[in-house]
Amino acid sequence: MSFEILMEILRAGTLLLFGTVGEVYAERSGVMNLGVEGMLAAGAATAYATVMMSGNPLLGILMACLMGMALSLIHAFTSISLYANQVVSGLALCMLGIGISRLIGGSLVGKPLPVQAMPTEPFVISAIIVALVAWAVLNNTKLGLAIRAVGDDPATADAAGINVALVRYACVCFGGLMTGLAGAYLSLSYMPFWAEKLTAEGRGWIVIALVIFSAWSPVRAIFGAYLFGCAEALAFSLQRFGMNPYLLKMLPYGATIFVMLVGASEAMRKRFGAPAALGRPYIREERLV
Amino acid sequence: MGFFPLPEIRIEKREKPSRLLVAETLATSIAISFITMSCILAYFGVSPITAYSIMFSRALGTSYGLSFLGLKLIPLLLCSTGLLVAFRAKVWNIGAEGQLLMGAIAATWLALYVMPEAPGPLLVPCMFIVGFLAGSAWAFLPALLRARLNVNEVITTLMMNYIAMELFNYLVQGPWRRSAYLFPETEELPEQAQLPLIPGTSIHYPTLAIAIGAVFFVAIMMWRTKVGYEIKLVGDNPEAARQAGVSAQKIVLFTMLLSGGLAGLAGVGEVAGNPAHHKLYYSPEIISAGHGYTAIIVAWLSRLEPLGLFLSAFFISLMLAGGSILKTASFRIAPTPEAARVLANVAHELVAIFNGVMLLCLVAGELLTRYKIALRWGGRGEL
Repeated sequence: MSFEILMEILRAGTLLLFGTVGEVYAERSGVMNLGVEGMLAAGAATAYATVMMSGNPLLGILMACLMGMALSLIHAFTSISLYANQVVSGLALCMLGIGISRLIGGSLVGKPLPVQAMPTEPFVISAIIVALVAWAVLNNTKLGLAIRAVGDDPATADAAGINVALVRYACVCFGGLMTGLAGAYLSLSYMPFWAEKLTAEGRGWIVIALVIFSAWSPVRAIFGAYLFGCAEALAFSLQRFGMNPYLLKMLPYGATIFVMLVGASEAMRKRFGAPAALGRPYIREERLV
Repeated sequence: MGFFPLPEIRIEKREKPSRLLVAETLATSIAISFITMSCILAYFGVSPITAYSIMFSRALGTSYGLSFLGLKLIPLLLCSTGLLVAFRAKVWNIGAEGQLLMGAIAATWLALYVMPEAPGPLLVPCMFIVGFLAGSAWAFLPALLRARLNVNEVITTLMMNYIAMELFNYLVQGPWRRSAYLFPETEELPEQAQLPLIPGTSIHYPTLAIAIGAVFFVAIMMWRTKVGYEIKLVGDNPEAARQAGVSAQKIVLFTMLLSGGLAGLAGVGEVAGNPAHHKLYYSPEIISAGHGYTAIIVAWLSRLEPLGLFLSAFFISLMLAGGSILKTASFRIAPTPEAARVLANVAHELVAIFNGVMLLCLVAGELLTRYKIALRWGGRGEL
């Protein structure tokens, strides 16, 4: 019984972990992408539709990753190249992604996958590996240094010869790839069926809160993701003991607000340090020398 | 490096956005959205021209279409008016959806459980008041967290939306459920609580009047009053606002509570006015129908100009009505029954994609209106 609950926590947390690691990279480079929810939904629908057509789950994962990247590129273009408002651009991407997901999903409703659902274990393990590698790259390599420099002080990074736009594009794209992967995991393994209007049910937004909770660190993201997986699994398990499901379903959302309260307070920000240039476009002509 | 003809892009801030460019950006954004939608329609084997002509002629030319359009216009106007005020202060309230639901819940509570015997002229104003208060209350926690602790209000308001939905589910499936009835739903509101309609339509005119009044109220507030000036100052130049002694915390609280309250009013209209409702159903999406999110697009499309809301809300309502018409007419315009079934399934999503693409284009177009851009070839650059 307890082992089952443990697996349930790991399964729920894995989805969040993939997304969080990707979004950590985007935000460490200074770009806030609020479109995670949309990319997640579009990735899930793409993976499901691809498997329906080809019967090949690996192809489904690949296409979901590509979909995530394609969508994140839109946000990268508007926010990096066109200096657009990142909040509104991210929201627009979110709406677009959910629209695409339902458009693709319109013909999938009620049709079961032609192959068996993928096992969850490989996803669980690879999510942890990805998080550890992402952490190592961010802190121990030249690339990681460039990402952190671009996110904290783009003008200085620019002066040091780092291509600010290129680094930011790459990070946002990586975020899209990971979110697409999370979407593929959602529809091919975690909840392998397509109900009408299957969306990410707010998980994309929980990812964004988790990035703050884990203080922009891929390793702390592992703990954060499983903690939230815990809240989700708990709500699910208690439901089986006959408790009211609707009030319990509020748990992850309420917990997110609580986490924001703790994690975003001034003291925590000072201690861990949000990327200094987060959410601000880098306009070379307007840099302060 | 300098010997190669490199493209050199220079940008320079404009003093004021050029009106012509603003119009061009709007037109281009709408055009790109229509092109995207046409491509998807063509993919389903539907001629876009046939689809659009049916959508617009029926939305504007039939009483069903106009009635539907008006029904959408009311909540969109109310929600977007509030959001406009918040967005002007750069307070990103994304929680209109949940605030609307709370308004609907509060009005239902009042009409069913607190004063069901009260006469209409007393009950209806009270419903609007508690609806406003409930919407405001739902915005209060995110507002307080943002004002005091600088907690990102985008995520907290969104989380409040999901919490409102689960609260709604809990009430409808639990304590408020009408007993001995197959589908989970509440009792119908007493007759005197149901809002009157414009004859022959489903437009509940008291809410429409409140919505139009709210737009003018906000327009005057933004142009003529001190608080309107302070809202704009905090949004445009927080540093100057601080030096001028304007309390950003107060502005955050004020704009959030006002926008929450207006969304709450929309919720009252949806439950007490919309003749298809008059009670809470098993799914919160039936009541809110995504109006809280769509209102974000309406506000942005108006370029945060209060009177522009009339145009942008009308346009978005027209598209939503068009989506509904597309759904019902899909069997007439799709080439095969299978394509028609899929088209009917995704007609609303087509409009959602249209809206998403348009919002993206509008945000992307800000650069063109705010900055002068010069592209030169052969410049040596500053590398």
